[in-house]
Amino acid sequence: MAAGLSAELRGFQAVQRLAYECAETVAAQLRPGTTEREATRALRAEAAARGVRDWFHLPFAWFGDRTAFAGFRLPTQFFPTNRQLEPGMPFILDLAPIHGGFTADIGYSGSLGPNPLQDRLMADLREHREFILREVRQRRSLRQIYEDVDRLMGRQGYQNRHRAYPFGVIAHKVDRVKERRWSPHIAGFGTQSLRGLANDALHGHREGWSPLWSPYRMSDHPPHPGLWAVEPHLGFRGTGAKFEEILVVTDSADPEQSAFWLDDELPHVKRWKEAASLTEAKGGA
Amino acid sequence: MMSEVRERMVRSGEVDLCAVEYGDTAHPTIILVHGYPDSKEVWTPVAERLADRFHVVLYDVRGHGRSSVPTPLRGGFRLEKLTDDFLAVADAVSPDRPVHLVGHDWGSVQGWEFATVRRTEGRIASFTSISGPSLDHFGHWIKQRLARPTPRRTAQLLGQGARSWYVYALHTPVLPELAWRGPLGRRWPKLMARAERLEPGTYPTGSLPHDAAHGAWLYRDNVRPRLRNPRDDAYAHVPVQLITPLGDPFLSPRLYDDLERWAPELRRRTLPTKHWVPRTRPDQLADWISEFVLAHEGVDTGPPVGTAAIGPVRKSRGGRPSTSSARLRAAYAERFAGQLVLVTGAGSGIGRATSFAFAEAGARVIAVDRDAEAASRTAELSRLLGAAAAWAEPVDVSDEQAMDKLAARVATERGVVDVLVNNAGIGMSGSFLTTSADDWRRVLDVNLWGVIHGCRAFAQQMVDRDQGGHIVNTASAAAYQPSRALPAYSTSKAAVLMLSECLRAELSAHGIGVTAICPGLVNTNITATAHFTGASQSEQERLRAKSSRLYRMRNYPPEKVADAVLDGVLRNAAVVPVTPEARAAHLLARLSPKALRAMARIDPPL
Repeated sequence: MAAGLSAELRGFQAVQRLAYECAETVAAQLRPGTTEREATRALRAEAAARGVRDWFHLPFAWFGDRTAFAGFRLPTQFFPTNRQLEPGMPFILDLAPIHGGFTADIGYSGSLGPNPLQDRLMADLREHREFILREVRQRRSLRQIYEDVDRLMGRQGYQNRHRAYPFGVIAHKVDRVKERRWSPHIAGFGTQSLRGLANDALHGHREGWSPLWSPYRMSDHPPHPGLWAVEPHLGFRGTGAKFEEILVVTDSADPEQSAFWLDDELPHVKRWKEAASLTEAKGGA
Repeated sequence: MMSEVRERMVRSGEVDLCAVEYGDTAHPTIILVHGYPDSKEVWTPVAERLADRFHVVLYDVRGHGRSSVPTPLRGGFRLEKLTDDFLAVADAVSPDRPVHLVGHDWGSVQGWEFATVRRTEGRIASFTSISGPSLDHFGHWIKQRLARPTPRRTAQLLGQGARSWYVYALHTPVLPELAWRGPLGRRWPKLMARAERLEPGTYPTGSLPHDAAHGAWLYRDNVRPRLRNPRDDAYAHVPVQLITPLGDPFLSPRLYDDLERWAPELRRRTLPTKHWVPRTRPDQLADWISEFVLAHEGVDTGPPVGTAAIGPVRKSRGGRPSTSSARLRAAYAERFAGQLVLVTGAGSGIGRATSFAFAEAGARVIAVDRDAEAASRTAELSRLLGAAAAWAEPVDVSDEQAMDKLAARVATERGVVDVLVNNAGIGMSGSFLTTSADDWRRVLDVNLWGVIHGCRAFAQQMVDRDQGGHIVNTASAAAYQPSRALPAYSTSKAAVLMLSECLRAELSAHGIGVTAICPGLVNTNITATAHFTGASQSEQERLRAKSSRLYRMRNYPPEKVADAVLDGVLRNAAVVPVTPEARAAHLLARLSPKALRAMARIDPPL
């Protein structure tokens, strides 16, 4: 898909890759004893070094059972804490930098040393990535897709943890943002992006769609063209895993073109491909 | 099971000790030390179970059984001399390799001495302690509580003080000897059989009156000096496994609260039994001993079960987990690690969550479900969560023959089930008048007959083994809350509740607990698969979706029900209502059944 991307989509793709690079760099630096705050600070520094000035939202980092949002009741609990990383602990880094006016919002799951349980969760997320794309191409209502994803998670034996996000969203729209010299943020969210979302919400309200892909009636509409940052988040007892990346939805009649993942060269996708070729090789042998 | 037994006498100072050996001497050596008033024969059931994998050694403590008696008696039973005896036996049976030590009661009190004095370093590889604290730790425990007598600590002190009545009695001169050689010695086997629910007439030794009379000196020679001046350096230099029977009438489980301070490498296990564990729970003991021994023989047995999933638990200063949820999880792991747990309806909802909770505690899980794929998924994730092992069994609980076959297969391949969770159930809603005979049959077949088949198939095995066990039946809040919308379902669940209560009464004589769980509205797929009687196909779908949405809005997670199941087994609770509405209804059923009946008339908004 990458070859045929428009200049605009290439811009989004570049920021998304930049964001994943930051996440991978910081993930490689994590040591036992690193705190969530230190990790988010490192993410901000990495992004700033790559020229990021504004954020859709500031980086989040969740360690241990916080990856599954265990015991989260208040929105403030999402913010980084002094929880220290320990060997074998899962972690999730979530950041949404804006660069050159393009927004990305990504989630990176990993663990400090091997964690077979989280590996399993990540492997099972592959099905969700394919499933969501298939259903979006069929133009099913977003609310229905949400419920289908819920059911898939239930069958897999997991809990839906994206329900803990604001409005319980599995995805939200991202867009271009004007670059300003001063880019303040409120509660971790960039004001420019919040404005964009609010605008979308207003238009959507008039036209019958919502920039937030939620389990509620407001999402009972077919996928709206635009860029959606999709973030299915699995939780299994004290372990969580998610990916987050941009799904492009267009109004093209060709199903292939009507929806596609912006980039197939992302760390989790590459990991799945490697695992698949490995099992194939094993099967062949 | 009987293997060749070799007897030998070992000289230690002025006494001769009688030791017997089981199994191949090339295997790791385990020395089992008996307590008071026992002789080495108390260990025979455990030794026989370990003999195929280990070189097992039992010996009579001086003055007991066929070992000779020190003269004079006073001063002859000091822990220093008992340490000499142990070293003499260890040198005789395993001169080159360190031995694994297991002690029960006074054997464990001695074991603590052996595991904490310097001169045994390098001779002991591991120590399993059952029902016998270190006198030094005990001394410090008392001192601490006397020094800062908070209400809780005072209560602990008084509690243990009351349990120790026999210790004071044994300090009186002559009388204990007279009693043991007279009426007490004659009656003891019967008294013990009754107290511990043992088969009468199976008391293992004839030398009891003499053993008990001599053994009184164990107390007189050691208790007062050690409690008054406990050693400050009584740190275990070996890994310790502590097995605590929670119903012990002589020792409070609180005694071991500070143990992490003394034993840096400590693994805790608990049993819902009384004092004489080697006779009442030989299977479980043999399992835990062999697992612990292998883990400290350099044999790779994988990560210790029951701790893999817990991961790094933040420990408080005392060494025990600090948060209440971590403490609960530790309690589950202490109790269920390695136990065989069978859950029906394990492919989804409460059954699946229950399987996972047991898996996290390190149990061996058998996930039974009609849906083979869902069952194997549960088993697979259970293994990842830290289950010692997990298997899937695609069986329909309403099929009697299939259940009998399953029970037979489980018994031969995996052993006797320790915890049985009869959870499989289906939902059915609709008024009585629209419920057809087929509908009735369907719901009763699964919800009631499934439980009956499960209990029939496995309870007999538990009783035959005679080493306890537990049965959990998933009833429902609908079992005591009438409703015009759920006549068939409520009837089936009320039957399950009553069955559980009757079974509890019957099986309590065998030390088997029965618990009925009454969840209430829990967010599972029972609504999505429920049958609504008298509704057309499209109406079915609508009602399912609507009720699913209702349950989702209520959003009570099955994981909390699973916790209630484990907690119910731990406490041996009779009836466990889970959700707040289930608890409220349970209370109301007692306070004002009339109010419940009035509520039953309300048609639910679907």
